[in-house]
Amino acid sequence: MRNKFEEQLELLNNDLIEMGNLIESSIEAAVTALIERNVELAKRVVDGDKEVNEKEKEIESRCLKLLLRQQPVAKDLRLISSALKMITDMERIGDQAQDISEITIRIVQEKYFKELVHIPKMAKETIKMVKGSIDAFVKMDLDLVLEVIRNDDKVDELFKIIKEELIEKIREDIQYSEQAIDLLMIAKYFERIGDHSQNIAEWVYFAITGEHYKGLK
Amino acid sequence: MSKISVKNMDLYYGDFHALKNINMEIESNEITAFIGPSGCGKSTLLKSLNRMNDLVEGCKITGDILLDGKDIYASNFDINLLRKRVGMVFQKPNPFPMSIYDNIAYGPRTHGIKSKSKLDDIVEKSLRNAAIWNEVKNDLKKNALRISGGQQQRICIARALAVDPEVLLMDEPTSALDPISTAKIEDLVHELKKDYTIVMVTHNMQQATRVSDKTAFFLTGEVVEFGKTEDIFSVPKDKRTEYYITGRFG
Repeated sequence: MRNKFEEQLELLNNDLIEMGNLIESSIEAAVTALIERNVELAKRVVDGDKEVNEKEKEIESRCLKLLLRQQPVAKDLRLISSALKMITDMERIGDQAQDISEITIRIVQEKYFKELVHIPKMAKETIKMVKGSIDAFVKMDLDLVLEVIRNDDKVDELFKIIKEELIEKIREDIQYSEQAIDLLMIAKYFERIGDHSQNIAEWVYFAITGEHYKGLK
Repeated sequence: MSKISVKNMDLYYGDFHALKNINMEIESNEITAFIGPSGCGKSTLLKSLNRMNDLVEGCKITGDILLDGKDIYASNFDINLLRKRVGMVFQKPNPFPMSIYDNIAYGPRTHGIKSKSKLDDIVEKSLRNAAIWNEVKNDLKKNALRISGGQQQRICIARALAVDPEVLLMDEPTSALDPISTAKIEDLVHELKKDYTIVMVTHNMQQATRVSDKTAFFLTGEVVEFGKTEDIFSVPKDKRTEYYITGRFG
């Protein structure tokens, strides 16, 4: 029944997986460029954001076409409207990876005043969240949704640690302040990526249950 | 109190159990849509609401159907009064082969109204309420069979309104009409719900979502799910409803 529609929903799933892969590799590349002080890689992340934006447009037009031609109801309507909302958060994640790389390009000129420990951890946790939220959508898995939402606390906690560390550094020596603020912004971007991943997970929650997520019980 | 209450109702056509333990409250000034695949019993229930099934041989009904709390199948219930209070509009426009005016005046005349000025008033009011007055006011003597299908259907609605009913039953009232006429009827139904209780059978799912307040999903003689239209079409509770409305039935 409705084979053509099922086929198009499958294509929508594939598009979302593809966009998910794009932003995951952007975040991975952004953090590698930062740690390895690799300007070329950071530039590739900045340029690569165009591809993410194009994918967003493509998915948006696919969703609108499905709404127009199939007039979906019930779980189909929830799935397509969730996809429409999710891609906005995914696009923002792409922007933030780009923002991180723009700062990277600027700060790699000088030596870091300390080895980066917590930022790579934050990157790892946010990548896990992005992957988890897309995976939750594809599998329509409520457990995965809740796992992503819980993980956001870890990311927030790491942000707090980084912030305190950087305040300490500035206190220690005022000449660290510029780099400290740049690193704080990078940490903030990762923290925002965590928030956007949580938003994606919450849209998946809506697609599955028909209700808006109201907090962990 | 609900306008219509259906309680533990079963309907048999001979040996065939066509409606099974139906329980439903139909509220005043609401539009209730009946949806479901062909042969699921939705039109059968609709017809039971003004005892049109009495004409079907071998039809047996148990349980109760109450109109304003009174059992319409009680032996002392005046069936002519019931059909006046609960009007019906059919799938195919079926005006009588007579003038537009006489179509509308037919019901009031059978109920004993003879005064020309009173009939004029009823005809105008009914045609206005059916949103067709402006289109036919200069052609009231024209044969009702010689106007378009969409106009004929609104004439039939006006004819139903002319006897001042409380409930309007509509059996797929737009399935034979083009999109413009359909939109006119849907707008009209929206207007009418201020004064009437409307029950509509429709095969058009989008129509049910557009016009109705409540929706009942029927399957093989049972009401699988009955609730707010918005809930039925966004978060249906029963898997069978979900399969049907998303087109994955079968």
